Amino acid sequence: MSVTAIIMFVAIVGLTLVITWWASKRTSTASDFYTAGGGLKGWQNGLAISGDYLSAASFLGIAGSIALTGFDGFFFSIGYLVAYLVVLYIVAEPLRNLGRFTLADIISARFDAKKVRGTAALSTIVIVLFYMIAQLVGAGALIQLLLGIDYWVAVLLVGTMMTIYVLFGGMTATSWVQIIKACLLMLGTVIISFLVLAKFNFNILTMFSHMTTATDAGAAYLNPGLKYTNGIDTISMLIALVLGTAGLPHILMRFFTVKDAQTARSSVIWATWIVGLFYVLTIFLGFGAAAFVGKETIVAANAAGNMAAPLLAQALGGDILFSFVCAVAFATILAVVAGLVLSGASALSHDIYGEIIKKGKVTEKEQVLAARTGSIIISVVSILLALGAQTLNVAFLVSLAFCIAASSNLPVIIYTIYWKRFNTTGAVAAMLTGLISALVLVAVSPNVWNPEAGKAIFVGEPLIFLTNPALISVPLGFIGGWLGTILSKESNAAKYREVEVKAQTGISVQDVSH
Amino acid sequence: MANNQKVNIDYDKIAEMESFKKLTKKKNSFLWTMTVIFLAAYMLLPVLTSYTQILHQKAVGEITFVWFYAAGLFIMTWGLAHLYVGKANSYDKDAKAIIEEYERGVGK
Repeated sequence: MSVTAIIMFVAIVGLTLVITWWASKRTSTASDFYTAGGGLKGWQNGLAISGDYLSAASFLGIAGSIALTGFDGFFFSIGYLVAYLVVLYIVAEPLRNLGRFTLADIISARFDAKKVRGTAALSTIVIVLFYMIAQLVGAGALIQLLLGIDYWVAVLLVGTMMTIYVLFGGMTATSWVQIIKACLLMLGTVIISFLVLAKFNFNILTMFSHMTTATDAGAAYLNPGLKYTNGIDTISMLIALVLGTAGLPHILMRFFTVKDAQTARSSVIWATWIVGLFYVLTIFLGFGAAAFVGKETIVAANAAGNMAAPLLAQALGGDILFSFVCAVAFATILAVVAGLVLSGASALSHDIYGEIIKKGKVTEKEQVLAARTGSIIISVVSILLALGAQTLNVAFLVSLAFCIAASSNLPVIIYTIYWKRFNTTGAVAAMLTGLISALVLVAVSPNVWNPEAGKAIFVGEPLIFLTNPALISVPLGFIGGWLGTILSKESNAAKYREVEVKAQTGISVQDVSH
Repeated sequence: MANNQKVNIDYDKIAEMESFKKLTKKKNSFLWTMTVIFLAAYMLLPVLTSYTQILHQKAVGEITFVWFYAAGLFIMTWGLAHLYVGKANSYDKDAKAIIEEYERGVGK
């Protein structure tokens, strides 16, 4: 642990705390707390979406995957990027036009039933917890390695920081932490990529031809198939990646922080460019780590390859760049977990407490208090779970969160916006079928069961061979919603017309000037 | 329905307007056609890499075709994102016209 590294970590912590202090003075209503008052500009929200989305799994995980498995690691980059088109084309604007704070708001815009809101809130909380445990476990392992402190201290450190941001600064602080993190992450990635390219005299052809001999995989390194050898399994994983984003609560929540659909649109464009450029650069991070750090060193530091990017920074830029990249990784984790706490808290406090228990009869003051209490509950629960989940594979947890989001949230969102016949029973059925099938299928998958001891959580034969069950669970979510709908007579075509008009035109009371 | 609304909008009336139906149809057919196309282009990648060797061949130097296919998907994403914005801006104009037509209709 060098002096440079300590200075950079302290600088990140200090800067984010100043932002939180500044944001806390601007956070007085529930709308301030959950959506920063809806006042973010397109580019700001675009950067914040990028900051929310580019998690440690992207930065550390993909760099490591590409370093260790070549093109197979790059599948993640492709899937996570194309996912933005699904968000932009299908969900972003209707959601902005219909919702207020949460995913459940959107579905409840059409089905004003407690069970619908409750199920949507439950699905949000499950996704948030899985995603958060993944980030916290990753953070704990990383900080443990970097600062040489115990795992539990590291988890508590990150957990405390995220709670402070959200508790005092709400969405305003969270957004600015994400914006700054996105800038720092891009800066760090561009510097490393530049240094990698310089090693190859800025010639991509030289780099690729060097990679055919740089690893023990030979020329196969540049082609798919090193890790993903089963076609169906690969397809299933790619489905989860591309459809999951459009159902991730903390990403959807970001569309409520802008004033209208036009701004939501421009923020997705910003995010698509930033995230896309980042994912292009993951090639240089991965190749560079494979070539200049080497597989043995990467695996020795962390079996999953999560240390590839920091180690590459050290190899190319010495202690200063290493410290900088580690601090960036730390900021990355903080920004993502803060966003997650906020979306979990919104489901707990706004949906379950405010709308279901109190039936919407809460004062502004009670709402803010509930939001803060909810944030603390979500934080504490996820910290406790993360402390017990140290040995779980981070990439598995993240892909599981994507799978649940794609299976449970996406079908109900699409049906709510686009299907006239859809009804309350269908909404509950879609969410529960997606959620339960994703969870059950993962529980019997090779991630959990492996005949060899130590390779998975339990020793035994998995019932299905899919490591990511999206191929089965996403269609099940759609079928569940369809069956639930046609099997019950209830119809709410009138309410659909309202939802359709609102979603398509963005009309609201303000637009009609009588 | 929120009960604090000062003005109730007649959503049924808007939904029944020809101009609204036309916009919805135009918009949805564009959005879903493009979605099917880009998802197909995306899902074709693992199908081709898992069941054929087409993309494993060298294209330029040591760079195999799979990298070009991937690059194509990146360019597609950026291109379609901008195509969407262009289209959406024109739909905004239509939506605005619909709201104005509705306001005239309710006798403003």
